[in-house]
Amino acid sequence: MRDVAVVGFAQRQMQDFDGSPTCAELLIPIFAECYEQTGWTKKDVGFWCSGSSDYLAGRSFSFVSAIDAIGVLPPVNESHVEMDAAWALYEAWIKIQTGEVDTALVFGFGKASAGVLRRTLALQLDPYTLTPLWPDTVSIAALQARLGIDAGLWDEAAMAEVVNRSLSDAEKNEYAVRAGGSSVEDLLARPMYADPLRKHDAAPVTDGAAALVLAAGDRAREVRERPAWITGLAHHTDGLHFGTRDLTRSESAARAVAAAGGVDGVDVAELHAPFSHQELILRAELGLDAGVRINPSGGPLAGNPMFTGGAIRIGEAARRIWDGTADKALGHATSGPALQQNLVCVMETTSEGTGN
Amino acid sequence: MSRTLSAPVTVAFDYTRSVGPVLGRFLTGLRDGHFIGARLSDGRVVVPPPEFDPVTHQATADFVDLPETGTVTSWTWVSEPVAGQPFDRPFAFALVTLDGATSPILHAVDVTSAAEVSTGMRVRARWAAERTGAITDVVFVPDALGVPTSEVEAAAQPARSLEQLTGIVTPVSLDYTYAASPEESAFFQGLSEGRILGQRCPACEKVYVPPRPACPVDGVPTVEEIELPDVGTVTTFCIVNVPFLGQKITPPYVSAYILLDGADIALQHLILEIPVEEVRMGLRVKAVWKPREEWGTTIENISHFAPTGEPDADFDTYKHHL
Repeated sequence: MRDVAVVGFAQRQMQDFDGSPTCAELLIPIFAECYEQTGWTKKDVGFWCSGSSDYLAGRSFSFVSAIDAIGVLPPVNESHVEMDAAWALYEAWIKIQTGEVDTALVFGFGKASAGVLRRTLALQLDPYTLTPLWPDTVSIAALQARLGIDAGLWDEAAMAEVVNRSLSDAEKNEYAVRAGGSSVEDLLARPMYADPLRKHDAAPVTDGAAALVLAAGDRAREVRERPAWITGLAHHTDGLHFGTRDLTRSESAARAVAAAGGVDGVDVAELHAPFSHQELILRAELGLDAGVRINPSGGPLAGNPMFTGGAIRIGEAARRIWDGTADKALGHATSGPALQQNLVCVMETTSEGTGN
Repeated sequence: MSRTLSAPVTVAFDYTRSVGPVLGRFLTGLRDGHFIGARLSDGRVVVPPPEFDPVTHQATADFVDLPETGTVTSWTWVSEPVAGQPFDRPFAFALVTLDGATSPILHAVDVTSAAEVSTGMRVRARWAAERTGAITDVVFVPDALGVPTSEVEAAAQPARSLEQLTGIVTPVSLDYTYAASPEESAFFQGLSEGRILGQRCPACEKVYVPPRPACPVDGVPTVEEIELPDVGTVTTFCIVNVPFLGQKITPPYVSAYILLDGADIALQHLILEIPVEEVRMGLRVKAVWKPREEWGTTIENISHFAPTGEPDADFDTYKHHL
């Protein structure tokens, strides 16, 4: 296997982006930041891969318009996934592993505020037996949260602790769209929105875009003193039907972390849990103990742009490697209802001894 | 004022879906007013039946009739329903485990407050009077009577269809607030003043109309605004002979690419006031504007393009724009 590292990361998050659904105007400054961080031009990028969905803002072929922001003459080597850009990163990593390219720029974008996000996401459910009922994402998460509460696996106080820590940490994140911790008591005193969820238990609807830069071997060493070497990367999925899943668990997350080599020595984990109780599920499934710093960025409860919320977790985790605050960091991304699909990316200061 | 123009837009489509033998059986059951689940290889009884066993991946074959009563195993209160949900006022979504099943079905419970729903509560199906064979043929209601399932089953065994459903129609309709980019917004604002605005790329100097957020060749913002004349050359065209839904002009008519003088990308518009068989590449045309009082922030301010009467443009003047 080739040694591949995350060497660049740029993002924008906002409550309400007033530009076009293609977000091309948002991507231009993000790509510019990636060029600045790497010292590259677009000619240095061997492969481009994006994650987005036209359903989000109602613009057909928005991923085609978005590549205007690259400048594609001469043509570029490019691909797209209808998933969070974390999965675009997976495709780019495979592409580098094939030896066809040495570098890749992965990006995603989404203007969730253009529609009713929790309703639009009903389109990812079984179209025969679920979508016609338009079960919204928040309701589905609430059903999951209550199952765990009733089973004694977590309680509302534990959920509020996740929220309080996230929003406190978010005060230091310039991109957070929701920030400001208070106390568990204060949070629990707020009204229910989708019983047993309060509004702060759900990630805010967020517009935004982000990009990650990958490089192999010496190309990575040229860019950073401490590249975030990817030593484990895997994604798994659970079934489509809620009836065949144990919703108090995320078995696919457990399978993904096992395939990525486990969490021994992980200092920092950025978890893509769009609902507070889902962080509790993920901590258990990934085997993260109390010593691991969770979501120092504030995490998705502070800002969760659709199609980059997961990729941003990988970028935030990689930053901790670059700046020396972590030697081993984990980035996690989720997609689908109630933690159905999960990707784990483990990054370290060294690629030695991993078999990668 | 916002830097961008926006307007509501609805994207809708009625999906016609074939349902196959497993879902067809389940949906036919709903049409008949009863639930059909499946026994999986690991002994679980699941409804709706999955088409394939999640463990063995074999096609589902062991079907089980289930009663219309069950127990709420999880619930939430939908305080702000969205369009298309089973109720347009607050209601409960619940996971309901039917008696005899081992896994729940997600559905709505018709109660008027969160206080009326709880985990462990007994519920019963309420069937729609007119059923089509869809998951929306049923909702759950509190089983206030507490009648044992066996007695209900004996009392009312619904008739079974001989013909199994093979397809359903699932309408999808999504409402958006659609925003133009700042550059497109400037273009539409210009049209409302009778001007056609483009932008020039600072790198390759190409002029784009409508302007785009970035030059697709160079990937840089196209910042320099250019006002273009409403005169240009037909670069390519097609004669529309086929009628379609929403068509405003009686066929045959011509839709063409028009390269405005000074532009590097063609606009698409109609060519009228000339017999369709006389439209040709190189034809010089000019915009025919609607009366000023009808103008809005739209390309429809230009009714169509019509021949100027000038000699045709030389091929070399537009050969790089085909």
